[in-house]
Amino acid sequence: MSIQVRNIRKQFGGFTALKDVSLDFPTGELVALLGPSGCGKTTLLRIIAGLESADGGQVLLDGADASDTHVRERQVGFVFQHYALFRHMTVFDNVAFGMRMKPRAQRPSEAAIKAKVTELLKLVQLDWIADRFPSQLSGGQRQRIALARALAVEPRVLLLDEPFGALDAKVRKELRRWLRRLHDELHITSIFVTHDQEEALEVADRVVLMDHGKVEQVGTPEEVYRHPASPFVYGFLGSVNLFHGRVENEAVHVGGERLSADKVALDAGSEVVAFARPHELNIVVSPEDASGVPARISRILSFGVTARVELDGLNGSSGQIFEVEMTREEVGQLGLHEGQAVRLVPSRLSIFERGVTGVPAPAAPNWEI
Amino acid sequence: MASRSNRVLPGFGLSLGYTLVYLSLIVLIPLAAVFVKSSSLGFEQFWNVVTAPTVVASYKLSFGASLLAASINAVFGLMLAWALVRYSFPGKRLVDALVDLPFALPTAVAGIALTALYAPNGWVGQHLEPLGIKVAFTPLGVLVALIFIGLPFVVRTVQPILEDLDTEYEEAAVSLGANRWQAFRHVVFPTLMPALLTGFAMAFARAVGEYGSVIFIAGNIPMVSEITPLMIITKLEQYDYAGATAIAVVMLVFSFTLLLAINGLQAWTAKRTGRER
Repeated sequence: MSIQVRNIRKQFGGFTALKDVSLDFPTGELVALLGPSGCGKTTLLRIIAGLESADGGQVLLDGADASDTHVRERQVGFVFQHYALFRHMTVFDNVAFGMRMKPRAQRPSEAAIKAKVTELLKLVQLDWIADRFPSQLSGGQRQRIALARALAVEPRVLLLDEPFGALDAKVRKELRRWLRRLHDELHITSIFVTHDQEEALEVADRVVLMDHGKVEQVGTPEEVYRHPASPFVYGFLGSVNLFHGRVENEAVHVGGERLSADKVALDAGSEVVAFARPHELNIVVSPEDASGVPARISRILSFGVTARVELDGLNGSSGQIFEVEMTREEVGQLGLHEGQAVRLVPSRLSIFERGVTGVPAPAAPNWEI
Repeated sequence: MASRSNRVLPGFGLSLGYTLVYLSLIVLIPLAAVFVKSSSLGFEQFWNVVTAPTVVASYKLSFGASLLAASINAVFGLMLAWALVRYSFPGKRLVDALVDLPFALPTAVAGIALTALYAPNGWVGQHLEPLGIKVAFTPLGVLVALIFIGLPFVVRTVQPILEDLDTEYEEAAVSLGANRWQAFRHVVFPTLMPALLTGFAMAFARAVGEYGSVIFIAGNIPMVSEITPLMIITKLEQYDYAGATAIAVVMLVFSFTLLLAINGLQAWTAKRTGRER
């Protein structure tokens, strides 16, 4: 089933949670709502579910206006961040709950309920713990039971609020893959909320990036990662190095130093911010080189496949920290050592004019982990 | 100790020893004294005292009215706690403070106030009188007084549990298709059950032992509105200490059995709902 939201607005007292949000969620897709805490993503999810009502706008389920439909009748499966499993019921009773609450005329027989619950527990690979209580399960198991419980009422859409938020890193990774596979089996339109960019990019068919109650960008994981539409998106989807500069002689200059030789199609004198991912920065050791931003190496971390070099900015960009990713061989070849003064030359730059699209404050890209 | 144990919390021996000594001094020894004193009667005499018709009638009133009062308090105390936790309304803090009043008020004051209200010429009593309802100086009056003093126990035990109960559980129930009543009946109520039982047990225990507030409104008519604590006081006033303790022993055994049963019920629900295993 498709979901559309049209011009949704929501205010909590003086705080605007959602400003005129319109989105299309096509049938059968797994979509991630991604953004920092307080960006309105959970509120949007709860409005779609009917757990919260919008101040304005519409929610269309399968093209029909559902704004006045009660949660009970919306047939949405909702999975809560903290699972909200009923503590006093066994796993079996939890999953059977939705079927048992149906009006007598529509309620399946106990045998049919048992068959359905067993089938669902098999689907989430937990049929061996049917008679346990939620307190006896691990976090990952609880999450899967919560999912099975939501699926038991055969929802038309599945909504998941930070489904892996309360789990440790390893279980999280496993569950991500598992959710993706499950979605490929069931093809039920699903939306999940997350603040973890890796999770969103890895699991979803499409990613909706939100900030301050607005949609910043919608696209496939590849699109949003490769072509971020705004500085916010750029900063949110991975580590970045940030340069504040101005355009002079068709090139970006940072504190008098030319950042790169690439030509920039912006008016001279415009204030810009330029972004480069850690692997898009090169370190140049020869001091006579004219271009690049001067910096001093503060730390070299060379445990994994790639080495990470942390640098402190000098001159015009002092007080700033840069991060460069390179192979360990390169570190050896260049003979880098801590305390060395070098220059940073970007191989690829993404440039945004300042003040146009809500450029983040310096040194505060959203590093939410 | 035979084996050395590595406990994280130190002082197990000391704290357990202290607890046992304290409990013995404050609770067990006085109660044992009651048994010792009553045993001076001899079995036949003991039996005669505790099965005297007026005394048996007082058991029925005391335990019957206490159970009924605790049940009524369980229902309305739950509603009160619900309203205090779930809704905000003007004067909420005042209502919240009022709940504790029966705790704080000297019981005699409560008794006098209730009697003044429900007496045939009192504010409430004069309107009930034409309807044929007599409250003061009847078992009904005893019930009213016991409800009054037992209310805070239920409210104060249920309230914190209800505050901790995330609305997420109800939202989950509703999103799974349950209506309001089903969500309450199957999700909220079972969670509150242990606390409600505790509140019920405390209200009941308090009601059984209550003397001050009941004695004024009861009227103390033999065989009709005499409570067991009054029987004990009467015996004491006649310097019949052995007789008084004999009745006390019966009360004690009754109360203890009932509280044990409620505890058992609680353990059973806890076990059934996976809180303990």
